[in-house]
Amino acid sequence: MTAYLVGHEFEPKVFIINRAALVAYANASGDLNPIHQDEEFAKSVGLDDVIAHGMYTMALAGRYVSEIAGSSAVKEFSAKFIKPVVVPVNTDVELNVSGKVTESDGGILKVEVTATCGGIKVLGMAKAVISLS
Amino acid sequence: MLNPDLVGRTFVGANSFTVTEESISEFCLAIGEPNISVAPPTFTIKVTLAESESLLKNSGLDWTRVVHGDQRFHIHRPIVAGDQLTCSSTIENARAVAGNEIVTVRSDLHNSENANELIASSWSTLVVRA
Repeated sequence: MTAYLVGHEFEPKVFIINRAALVAYANASGDLNPIHQDEEFAKSVGLDDVIAHGMYTMALAGRYVSEIAGSSAVKEFSAKFIKPVVVPVNTDVELNVSGKVTESDGGILKVEVTATCGGIKVLGMAKAVISLS
Repeated sequence: MLNPDLVGRTFVGANSFTVTEESISEFCLAIGEPNISVAPPTFTIKVTLAESESLLKNSGLDWTRVVHGDQRFHIHRPIVAGDQLTCSSTIENARAVAGNEIVTVRSDLHNSENANELIASSWSTLVVRA
């Protein structure tokens, strides 16, 4: 079992979000809201363009957290959706994810996750509780 | 506008949801997760958001104006293929802020074959834009 000290920073990682990924996530999650797939529809409801599902961004951050000790080790995971991730056509949008240990006690780690696009935070208060035992 | 009498009430989903290997692997593939032996931490949204949608639509809320404000998961044990989940949803809170309506729904996923086993809970805060 790897021990982590408070303040430990996990290696940052870049995830790519594009239109094809949003279609795959829509089908896998059942969230077929057209604002995540159809540019004309997105614009008709006042958005600038197609936006990623907040839950897709959170799922990618969750994958980052799962890499620490496996999906089974993740006991709690939470985030606020503070900025939409805009996904223009034929574009790979980079989601930058990093994480830092804020508490480490008896095999339970609390990790604060940062997720940004183009330098702008897209998830707020993103936190995970991981059991290392 | 949500009927305030609904706050605190729990609605038990009529159907149980069977977790299949295919549903886990499709979800993993969509997020690039290589380990398909258990469900990823956010997998339960697949069940809970649809339940919250039908509950809130039936409660008079305009789903076309809903955006997801925040999300929290407590996972008591990993979800695996073969699990049968029953979803009960409780409207924990509903308030108006600057003309927007903010509703928090807690969804508890119990093992359909052993109702005493709470497998995961999920809290979704949904914002209905004015």
